[in-house]
Amino acid sequence: MSVLVYTENWDGVFKKLSFELVSYATKVAEMIGTSVTAVSIGDVADDELNRLGTFGALKVIKVEGNTNLDNQVYTSILAEVAKAEDAKVVVISHNNTGKAIAPRLSVKLNAAVGAGLIKLPVSTNPFTVSKKVFSGKAKANVVLKTDVKILTLSQNSFEVIEKGGAATIETFAADVSDAKTVVKDVQKQTGKILLNDAEMVVSGGRGLKSADNWGVIEDLAEVLGAGTACSRPVSDEGWRPHEEHTGQTGKIIAPNLYIAAGISGAIQHMAGISSSKCIVAINNDADAPVFESSDYGIVGDAMKVLPALAEAIKEAKNK
Amino acid sequence: MKIVVCLGNVPDTTTKVKFSDGAAFDKTGVQWIINPWDELALTRAMELKEDAGNLVSSVSVVTVGGKDVEPTMRKALAIGADDAMRVDAEATDAYAVAAQLAEAIKDKGFDIILSGIESSDYNGSMVGGMLAEMLDIPSVSAVSGLNLSGSDVDITRDIDGGKEQVSVSTPFVAIVQKGIAKEARIAAMRGIMMARKKPLAVVPAAEVESLTEFVEFELPAPKPPCKMVDADNVAELVDLLQNEAKVL
Ligand SMILES: Cc1cc2nc3c(=O)[nH]c(=O)nc-3n(C[C@H](O)[C@H](O)[C@H](O)COP(=O)(O)OP(=O)(O)OC[C@H]3O[C@@H](n4cnc5c(N)ncnc54)[C@H](O)[C@@H]3O)c2cc1C
Ligand SMILES: Nc1ncnc2c1ncn2[C@@H]1O[C@H](COP(=O)(O)O)[C@@H](O)[C@H]1O
Repeated sequence: MSVLVYTENWDGVFKKLSFELVSYATKVAEMIGTSVTAVSIGDVADDELNRLGTFGALKVIKVEGNTNLDNQVYTSILAEVAKAEDAKVVVISHNNTGKAIAPRLSVKLNAAVGAGLIKLPVSTNPFTVSKKVFSGKAKANVVLKTDVKILTLSQNSFEVIEKGGAATIETFAADVSDAKTVVKDVQKQTGKILLNDAEMVVSGGRGLKSADNWGVIEDLAEVLGAGTACSRPVSDEGWRPHEEHTGQTGKIIAPNLYIAAGISGAIQHMAGISSSKCIVAINNDADAPVFESSDYGIVGDAMKVLPALAEAIKEAKNK
Repeated sequence: MKIVVCLGNVPDTTTKVKFSDGAAFDKTGVQWIINPWDELALTRAMELKEDAGNLVSSVSVVTVGGKDVEPTMRKALAIGADDAMRVDAEATDAYAVAAQLAEAIKDKGFDIILSGIESSDYNGSMVGGMLAEMLDIPSVSAVSGLNLSGSDVDITRDIDGGKEQVSVSTPFVAIVQKGIAKEARIAAMRGIMMARKKPLAVVPAAEVESLTEFVEFELPAPKPPCKMVDADNVAELVDLLQNEAKVL
């Protein structure tokens, strides 16, 4: 018996997301009285794989040789490993890759999925998970009725816990040659903090009036080491790339700090960011609905408040 | 080429969510709409069909649900779908929905199956991938672009940290998100008139199982009021973020 966790790597390197998953899997394993096996697909050096042990994985299974995501190939590999390890629970990220693999694996293993979780299971008998529904407007308890369960974990919703253990590494030979999805070209976003990874985010809405005014957002983001985001009309207008749009139809993120400037706070926007630990709103209209769902607010002109805030943060940091 | 769009029927996104006895979603007074991503998928399917070079012969829609989903399906016909199929079954969970869809579409010769990345009510992101696995065909997820040239399919998908251009052979499931179409189409008067005469077939439910059960719903605790800081005193905000919220 085991809890299996799929740890995604980026060009051979793990990110915080991978450690969140292992930490989460370790807690779930404690709840059901078993240990954690991590799976890694692609070429990752053993030194890097060893890091997974620090977060609680006892065993790491590496499947080498394949880098392009083909949903069917990945699913077959995970299903084989899950069977070999007698996995009772499989933990996967609720990111693009996870959403591609988890549903297929569910069918292959006849395993119920608890999708987009933000915390540990509520109980293990019956196996019940809590998930957000109606785009964050409510929560539901869902019973997973099958013997094997798949849990997909939302990014940034579980604390990384270092335990300091070590893992044994095993190689698993799988046939990865039969990919049906052919990757013809890759465009990687470089040099920028990826929105999903960002612990702090500075976001701008239509209240900033034009693409030329984005300097105030970028300057504050730079001072904070934050990512940048925007509301949907902003990306529809082409002021910012669509990868930056947060909300119900855009990215759903949960940073520690989300600063919303010139954003009215429409329900569809808040649906993407309401899990942020702290929300700050800057708006020149004291009645803007965004203040109802924020922790801190400033009524004022974003073009003035944002630079002042950047200055004040610089000052505080130098103290 | 034949395209089918899996169409979810969801409460309008501004709906105030209520539950009866904390155990079931209260449907009174709720406005129902086509799930936003499915509406974008349908829009893209129509664009592909209108470009004659693409050789798309038909665009169908399919929904799993009771008779009450039919108005939403008529909207899809008014936007331009050629025909609709309703699988007469309660949508109990993602697995059951996917299994019903698989039964309903498996022998109909569809080349491209479109589903949305998430339904805006239960937020699972599961049906499209499950359906592909049940049909044993490829799936491409997080699709933000889909182009055809003859029988070649050119897909843009989002990966964490970038984009990829991929190709795949038909039949396949594309699980689509924002970007697939610029803006969802709305039905014109002529479309609404024509929709009344278009076929909406009702197919009986297959014997399928659900793997999950929603047992309880809960509304979030109301948020404490927002603390306001004077625009001339941003240093105070920095102090609060450092010492009270502890996020800086
Ligand atoms: C099905 C559906 C899905 C949607 N999905 C999304 C989504 O995912 N994400 C999303 O963002 N939206 C989404 N929307 C759109 C959403 O309803 C709102 O229209 C949108 O979020 C508004 O964007 P905004 O706040 O930037 O602009 P506005 O609503 O125009 O607000 C601009 C704000 O800026 C303030 N302002 C003006 N000047 C200044 C200044 N100088 N300084 C400070 N403040 C200023 C104004 O007081 C105002 O509050 C969706 C809508 C629908 C119907
Ligand atoms: N009842 C349904 N009938 C048809 N398609 C559905 C239904 N429910 C969900 N879907 C499709 O599955 C996608 C993802 O839904 P979900 O897995 O519930 O988040 C939606 O965007 C639809 O394309």
